Amino acid sequence: MRTLKSQEVYIPLKDAIMQSGVVLPDDILLGIEKAKREEEDGPALSVLKHITDNLSIAGKKHIPLCQDTGMVILFVSIGQELIIEGDPLEKVLYRAVEDAYEKGLFRKSVVEDPLKDRKNSGNNLPPVIYYDFLPGDRLIIKGLLKGFGSENCSRVFMLKPTDGREKVIESVVSAVRDAGGAPCPPVVLGIGIGGTMDYAAKLSKKALLRKLDQHHPDPYYSDLEKEILDQVNATGIGSGGVGGKTSALGVKIEKFPTHIAGLPVAVSVNCWADRRLEISL
Amino acid sequence: MREIQLPLEKSLVKELTVGEELRLNGTIYVGRDQAHQRLTRLIENSEALPFELKGNIIYYMGPSPTPEGRVIGSAGPTTAGRMDPFTPALLDRGLTAMIGKGNRNQSVYDAIIRNGAVFLYAFGGCGALYSDKITSSEVLAFDDLGPEAIYKLKVKDFPVLVAIDCRGNNIFK
Ligand code: SF4
Repeated sequence: MRTLKSQEVYIPLKDAIMQSGVVLPDDILLGIEKAKREEEDGPALSVLKHITDNLSIAGKKHIPLCQDTGMVILFVSIGQELIIEGDPLEKVLYRAVEDAYEKGLFRKSVVEDPLKDRKNSGNNLPPVIYYDFLPGDRLIIKGLLKGFGSENCSRVFMLKPTDGREKVIESVVSAVRDAGGAPCPPVVLGIGIGGTMDYAAKLSKKALLRKLDQHHPDPYYSDLEKEILDQVNATGIGSGGVGGKTSALGVKIEKFPTHIAGLPVAVSVNCWADRRLEISL
Repeated sequence: MREIQLPLEKSLVKELTVGEELRLNGTIYVGRDQAHQRLTRLIENSEALPFELKGNIIYYMGPSPTPEGRVIGSAGPTTAGRMDPFTPALLDRGLTAMIGKGNRNQSVYDAIIRNGAVFLYAFGGCGALYSDKITSSEVLAFDDLGPEAIYKLKVKDFPVLVAIDCRGNNIFK
């Protein structure tokens, strides 16, 4: 058994959250640069140039790159031979989120009750947390600061088992088309296929945790990722939705077995401000 | 690229065409979901509004907290579509322009044409950049709403694209 003090989880997680609100991962930066190279002169290129300027201002002045610093989603994988000493793990995760938002001067965007009075919780708590177990003694936390301009464009489709590949592509493309400029394209798409309605949705978030160049290991699905990316770019929505060549930076699929009677497909839409974090302890 | 001194005269709005890039200089007002709901309630009850709609611009935005030594935190646009139900009434009372991201619905689109108004696109997600273009910020009304309050901003070289012009040409189509 390995022991980890709760403080050893708190500090790197808090730092990773603070960092991710200000600086984008390298693969996303490369994706934005590529989009810029491929775009012709016009409104979409202007959007991409402003995005690049924005990123450099955020980095230099240490302010959130986007004012919607999102709701935090954490995927926490706990090694079964690991003991965390001190505060209970969930309390540590909450504290890391709360303190990162306070110290980073991030906007608190979470309301306590979704319907009744929608009062701001004042500390961006709670995060959405998914736990799972790992063999061994590591603790891996991956996460997203999920903005809601894009999240509001996410969709679940309960397709028929015989609908097949074409219908999956069509559904995803329709979600992106309906979204238009609202989710701050070029978007990143996480797609969950299979499982149940809720599980497909979870997988779509899990897919968003991968880097743009981490394609699905099964060629059938990596081809599907590419095909969806091409079709989404063919919509012409473009950066900012103002018309252009790049509507999505990447498409990532996760799949799972499902029931004979169904084909759940979930699409999580993320904006170009694809704020991911990962710590491995 | 066109430099604009605010307020935006309706005669100038006529000259603006879709896709054109503008730099705004002057005063704009900030309001989003909750503020729009309250403005609508005030209008329904024929009560006074916290600012004159005529000739003015509403920016759909909710900033992040202000760091020490800055005027405002990150301050990019939010999705305009959420304000669709409230917007035609504001346009009919003289609001000249809205700034946000994403497309508008048919009734906003019609109200833009009917009133000779304009919808401007601010670069989505570029909160840090816009923070640098804001030279003063004060809460004007509904301060209990926090980041959703109505703010009065002074802006300089504030970049936007003409998204829906007064003739109904739409960059999102
Ligand atoms: S969709 Fe993303 S980039 Fe756009 S405003 Fe929301 S969080 Fe920011």
